Order: sequence, then C-alpha cells, then structure tokens
Amino acid sequence: MTTDQDVRPAAVEVHGAVKSFGAHTVLDGIDLTVAAGKVTVIIGPSGSGKSTLLRAINHLEKLDQGYVSVNGEPIGVRRLGDRFKELPERAILAQRRHIGFVFQNFNLFPHLTAVQNVAEAPVTTGAATRSEALEQARALLAGVGLADKEDAYPRQLSGGQQQRVAIARAIAQRPGVILFDEPTSALDPELVGEVLSAIKDLASTGTTLIIVTHEIAFAREVADEVVFLDGGRIVEQGPPSQVLDQPRHARTREFLSKVL
Amino acid sequence: MPPTAHTDVSTPDAPAAPVPDAAARRVIPLRHPGRWIATIVVLVLLAQVAHGLVTNQFYQWGRFAHYFFDPAVLDGLVITIYVTAASAVLALAGGTVLALARLSRSPVLQAVSWTYIWLFRSVPLIVVLLFLYNFSALYQTLSIGIPFGPAFITFGVTALATDTVIAILGLTLHESAYAAEIVRAGILSVDQGQHEAAAALGIPRYLQFRRIVLPQALRSVIPNYVNLLIGLVKSTSLVFYVSLLDLFGTVQSLGSTYPGDIVPLLLVATVWYVILTSVVSIVQYYVERRFARGALRTLPPTPLQRLRRGFTQLRARVAVPR
Repeated sequence: MTTDQDVRPAAVEVHGAVKSFGAHTVLDGIDLTVAAGKVTVIIGPSGSGKSTLLRAINHLEKLDQGYVSVNGEPIGVRRLGDRFKELPERAILAQRRHIGFVFQNFNLFPHLTAVQNVAEAPVTTGAATRSEALEQARALLAGVGLADKEDAYPRQLSGGQQQRVAIARAIAQRPGVILFDEPTSALDPELVGEVLSAIKDLASTGTTLIIVTHEIAFAREVADEVVFLDGGRIVEQGPPSQVLDQPRHARTREFLSKVL
Repeated sequence: MPPTAHTDVSTPDAPAAPVPDAAARRVIPLRHPGRWIATIVVLVLLAQVAHGLVTNQFYQWGRFAHYFFDPAVLDGLVITIYVTAASAVLALAGGTVLALARLSRSPVLQAVSWTYIWLFRSVPLIVVLLFLYNFSALYQTLSIGIPFGPAFITFGVTALATDTVIAILGLTLHESAYAAEIVRAGILSVDQGQHEAAAALGIPRYLQFRRIVLPQALRSVIPNYVNLLIGLVKSTSLVFYVSLLDLFGTVQSLGSTYPGDIVPLLLVATVWYVILTSVVSIVQYYVERRFARGALRTLPPTPLQRLRRGFTQLRARVAVPR
C-alpha cells in the first residue's frame, strides 16, 4: 500500500446548523469543531438532535441554515456569492466516499455476503477492481475478527458480528472521518463489547471519529472530547474528565444521573 | 434419570403423582383420525371424477388425441408462446420504467406515469386490442421528425401493424400498467435503511438501484409478476379478435369447421394451457430460490432434492433390514 492511499484524518466543522421538521426545531444553531484525528462523543437525551446532527455531516439530512465542512470543503453545498447552493447528487455522493457512516440498525445489504458487503462500494464507485476490493474486504473483515465469516449472509450473523461487518464496510473507502449513529443501541448487552472494541481499535489508528452513543463508560475511555446536546443546542463540551465527571450545567448533571 | 427408578405407569388413579419413567420416553405424537377420513373421502371423489372422464363418451378422447399434436394446433401454440413471451418481457421493461417514473422526484414524470396506469387499468384489454386493430383507419401514416415540423421518415401504419405486432403492442400496453404497480410495490418493500446505506457509501445512483434495491425488490416482484404472467398466458386468447390464430383461436376455428369435435378441441386447449402455466410455475420456483439468497438462513431443499433424499433413505432401509 502506498502512502498517499493511507488514511488522512479529516477535520470536521459545523457552522450555525439549523434544522426543523415542521414546527419542531431539531437543531437550533449548532457550532462544533472537531480536530483531525480526534474522537468526539456526542451524548444527550433522545430527541436532542444527536442523530440529526450526525446525519447532517454526511448530508443524509439537509440543513435549513448553516453548513458542515470536512477538511474545509462544504458538504452538499457550494458557496455562491453570499449564499450556499445545493450541489448535484453526483457531487454529494463523491463527497460521502470520504465520510464513513455506521448505522444503529447496521443496514447491511441482506442479499450480499459479508465480504461482498464490504467490497460493494469500492467496486461500484470505481475505486478498486473487483479482485482488489474483495482482497481488501477480506483483510478488513479479519481486522474486525470475522475472517471466518466472510461468506456468511448478514442474517446468518449475530447483531455484534453484523455491526462489525458494517464497520469494515464503512472503512473500506478509507474515509478521513467515520460517523457512528448509536452503534450499540440495537445490540444485546453481551454483544456491545465486541463492537466497542472494534471502534476502539479504529480510534487508535488516528481516524477522526464522531460517535453518538449512550455508553458513558465507553465515552470516558475513548473520547478526546464529549459534547452534551439538549434541545438542539450544545449545552456543554469538553474533555470527558470535565463533562462527565465535573459537569458545570445542571442539565448535564441531571442527564448523567439518569444514564449512569 | 436413573434407570433403576421404575414405577407402574399404568395405574390410572394416581393422577398428580410424577411418573419418573414417562419423562424418559418419547412423547406419543397426537393422532389425527379426521385426516384419514378426509383422505378417504377425497380419494373416492377423485376416483369418481376419473371414472367419469374415462367412461363418458362425450369427451371423445380419441378425437382429443387426434387434435393434440395437430399441426394447426401446434402453430397456434407457438403463436401463444411467442406473443406471451414478447409481451411479458416488454411489459416488465415498461412497468419498471413506469414504476421508476412514479417514484421519481419529478412531478411531471409522476403525473405521466400515474395517468398511464390509471388509463390502461381502466380500459378493458379487448377494447385496447380492437382500438389498435382499427388504428390504421385513424392514422394512415406515422412519421419521425420535428414535432409539428417536417418529417424525416414516414411509415404506412398498415405495413407496420401486422396482426402479431398489434397483439403484442396491445398486451404490452395493458400489462405494463399492472406490471408498474407490481414493480413499484417491490421497490417500496425495500427498507429505507438500504437506500440510506447505499447513499452514505456514495454508490452512484443508478447502481444503488441496480445492485442494492432491485435485487431485494425482485424477491417480492417475482411471485406477483408470475401471477400476472399466468393471467397473460390466458389473456392472449383475446388476440383471436384481432384475427391472430393463437392456441385458442385455432381451436375455435377448428371447432366451427367441425362442430362435433368442439369438446375434445376445448380439452386440447385446456391441457396445453395447463402445461404452459405449469412450466411457468416451475421456473418461478427456481427463480424465487435464486433471489431468496440471504433472506433465509438456509434454503429449503428443492422437490427434486427431497425426492432423491427420500429415495436414498428408502434404499438404505431396504438394504439394511432390521
């Protein structure tokens, strides 16, 4: 593997993000800067806008106002004078290849085997030939401890195994940032550990990770920065030792007392 | 459970007392005497029907055999198969285009697709066919060129519109409307998360459809489309009215020439239609298995595999007498 193929961690910036569904404001002006190579964990009560914020970063959700940039490049929009204009779908799809996404419900392709799931995007986007992509996919599956499951269909795998395949699929295109939307919320308690340890391995490679989760102990262990969101606003933000152990805001203390 | 424990299980007046021995034995399966009675009743009824079919002179089985491989009947059969196959393929293609238009983000495409489906589901097939049959009276020529401007190529409609073309066109127009709804239902049955996952990976849009959505949609499209196809096999009998001699048309015209043979002729048509739909059903079974990959943890054995396994087991039992 050549050096220029290696992962270059990306910096993510959210500028004045506002998003409403009907009369309900989900994101109420969010500014967030995530330095390249850092692990940021977003916590907050349900309905606080965590998932919407994460989905806005790879433009699965369109913002009403504000924008997101990855390595300084606006995502899904381009600047046109003093305004932003939507990009055509093809351009957005190209940008998403540098942003990995891991879903709560895995969303593996059920008609493809584990190795085909991982190889699908590199092949269809033309990043690799079929045999290169399959070879790389096998290596990635081995990396998440699933070398013996490469020919299994998703339905033949446990939830924890499926989520590890999904992680391998998300990193197959060597994204500079990977977004995790509650990656362990759909798992049985005894399967959570295997997924968290796969994420921890990723964190040690220096890729930028943004993780929405309810696993506070995990956040304390891997996070460089913890962001507490409530009512579509950032209430508190800082290193885990501060936000999780000495929260300044009453709202943060109240939330933590419920989930810990 | 220790083998020494041994109590009298036949004692009926110790109901609540646990019987250690019974737990060690196989559970006696529930018997179904009603099933045996039903089986006998059905077999008797079947025997009666078979007896009637064989002994009733009215069916004229000799004439049936005479007509079954009659060259005219076989020609009609070929036309039925050809027209069905051509319209089935074209209707699936047309239906897919209509379904995609209906699901597209363009309001114009949505409206056009909706109107087409509304129109062709409202008009009976026979009316569509007869309309096309008289089309050459409405428009003598068709031309390709600039709309309302000069024409580059001009065709005479009568030269283009042979009976076969009219039949295939009519069936395709009609069936496309139904196929569109079947394909649309299939696409809608694919989980939204699949679209999102494909989009999040940056897979180009047409490949998202072809490689992710379509293979999953086909699983529910196939049974419904085969249903339509089997209907289509029989709908082709209407092309008789645009003077195309398909299987039914041939039988009908032979029947009017030899009125005494109408019953054996109808039986010939019936048996050929049954054979055609049976072939379609068998093909459906294997195509469905193909697209069930990943949907089931393990695929059930095919009837052939089951037969072979049963035969092997039987042989093993015969070879090793207990």
